Amino acid sequence: MAAKKSKDDLLRVLDDEGKVIKGAKVPKLSDEELLKIFDVMLMVRIVDDRMMRLQRQGQLGFYMKSLGEEASHFSVFPLRKTDWVLPSYREQGAWFWAGYTIDDFINQLFGNAEDPVKGRQMPVHHSANWLNYVSISSPVGTQIPQAVGVAMGMKIKGTDDVAMTFFGEGTSSTGEFHVAMTFAGVTKAPVVFVCRNNGWAISVPREKQSAAESFASKAVGYGMPGIRVDGNDILAVIQVAREAVDRARAGEGPTLIEAVTYRREGHSSSDDPSVYRAESEPEEWAKKDPIKRLRGYLQERGIYSEELEAEISEKHNESITRAYERAQTLGAPDIDTLFEDVYEEPPWHLEEQRNYLMQQERTKSPHHH
Amino acid sequence: MATMNIIQAVNNALHTEMELDSSVVILGEDVGKFGGVFRATSGLYDTFGAERVIDTPLAESGIIGAAIGMALYGLRPVPEIQFVDFIFPAFDQIVNELAKFRYRSGGQYPCPVVIRTPYGGGIRGGHYHSQSPESLFVHTAGLKVVIPSNPRDAKGLLLASLRQKDPVLFMEPKRIYRASKGDVPEEDYEIPLGVANVVREGTDCTVIAYGAMMPVIEEAAVAAEAAGISTELIDMRTLLPFDIETVIESVKKTGRAVVVHEAPKTCGYGAELAASIYERALEYLEAPIQRVTGFDIPFPFTLEHEYLPNADRTLGAIRKTLEW
Repeated sequence: MAAKKSKDDLLRVLDDEGKVIKGAKVPKLSDEELLKIFDVMLMVRIVDDRMMRLQRQGQLGFYMKSLGEEASHFSVFPLRKTDWVLPSYREQGAWFWAGYTIDDFINQLFGNAEDPVKGRQMPVHHSANWLNYVSISSPVGTQIPQAVGVAMGMKIKGTDDVAMTFFGEGTSSTGEFHVAMTFAGVTKAPVVFVCRNNGWAISVPREKQSAAESFASKAVGYGMPGIRVDGNDILAVIQVAREAVDRARAGEGPTLIEAVTYRREGHSSSDDPSVYRAESEPEEWAKKDPIKRLRGYLQERGIYSEELEAEISEKHNESITRAYERAQTLGAPDIDTLFEDVYEEPPWHLEEQRNYLMQQERTKSPHHH
Repeated sequence: MATMNIIQAVNNALHTEMELDSSVVILGEDVGKFGGVFRATSGLYDTFGAERVIDTPLAESGIIGAAIGMALYGLRPVPEIQFVDFIFPAFDQIVNELAKFRYRSGGQYPCPVVIRTPYGGGIRGGHYHSQSPESLFVHTAGLKVVIPSNPRDAKGLLLASLRQKDPVLFMEPKRIYRASKGDVPEEDYEIPLGVANVVREGTDCTVIAYGAMMPVIEEAAVAAEAAGISTELIDMRTLLPFDIETVIESVKKTGRAVVVHEAPKTCGYGAELAASIYERALEYLEAPIQRVTGFDIPFPFTLEHEYLPNADRTLGAIRKTLEW
């Protein structure tokens, strides 16, 4: 592996300040690419902050932040347009990187008339078939065997496309993880598994999910390589993902990546971490903040300035305000959409139930949004 | 025309569609070289190769999860679950994922997977090789549920299932897999989903069933006729969405109805049919609708003949509607 292994067997390129570690191989990235990554990472942080504030003000029903985990989202960096992503629910950066717009994002959160999924799922359950990003599911792990199926399909169709799937370390406890890894190992499907080990599955710490020393080590049992990477180190994440994607594309089979990171805030807007962990823990991890480290690296490359960061932040804040204000003006999806897309064509019983509902007095939503 | 049993008809349909459509892929346990434990995929591996007839690891949630991924990517996977009794590890993938993909993605991701699986008792298989859990899936928005009762229907319904864009649970009556024989057109044909079949016309009582209960109600109809009772028999063929018109039309004519299924009684398919008939044709009914079903117990082994509905119990229910 090109990146450097640290004493805890973690592949790293950048130290905690963003300085390149001696002997580490830096992935080839242009200034333009690096600045674009910085732009999207800042966007995730600003969007997260703004959306959680809306949630706290009672404007939004539910939200999930990724504070501190943004670098791990860029495992998708080496993918091309024809590749597929089967995400979990905490990879905002991957979506924005692929071209999912702030309007798509906010309209989905509000389930309004322009929500890409027509108001059918609670906030953060995005879907974008125009990007080959597959609909997010709440039960954890269901996307992992599906990703293997997509990859098996790629192989059957004879393309050299790759499927990538994300999940947390808690999800590695599910049967779906085991089953998917088994299928991928046996079929040598072109799939990359990205396990975001953020230390916590809601209130349950990593130690209670597995007695294995690392989650990457699980790969051995399925006959594939497992790589443990510093998930807060954008350069290491990209380097490792690039090698895994290249392997898959070359027909050499699947890879399990464990991106070691930390969930610095609650699981969701409904969570309260003060009940189950010390405040010093997220404070410690803030020292390894992925944006801070990228900033340090950009400084080292001589392409960073505070003015630039302020400009980027302002741009995103403005576009969020604009998208949010617009989202407020859009009504709920049409009532007919309740009965559409259950099947390709509504059968008689859905027509009958729709006609019945249309004849009733309309019910007012008890929610403001 | 050729004489086939249900297994041969299923095999013939799969062969037909795999030749026509290179995106059709079969996957499951033992479906490859061995051709399936019931031989339904026999010969397909040799004809279409290991890439399209895939022996998977032994894990149902992986079979269905992978099939979902393939369908999202544009293939037409036809997973086999070896016995429907083994489908439950994949229940989440079927109910929360497969059936909901189109809806939950706002119509972005249709997921046309046709799951084939043998169901039902009468083969001395005990609890884990005999169940009829169709109602669990009929209660699942987004799925279609199809159960053929004879070779001709099996081929036509399977081809129709493979050519529409919604997920289908295609349950095959294994008790009559080989016993049910008949003429099957060798050419390509479809039997549309959602259309029941009136297999016998009559005037006194409508008897409704599907799958392996069809021979049972046919036997009961012969006995009824000998006793001077004229029955009309309906084979539902598709349980969801079902053919309400044919059912109501028949009940309006006969004024009586009996529903027969081997699944347990409470919240079984007969309950839905009875409620639907009462909603639409109460004033035509001469007697309460009778249900002849399995019992609300786990499927037994030694005494399965006492558990399963038979012609005698069906005839008794028909008489009850006439004597009420």
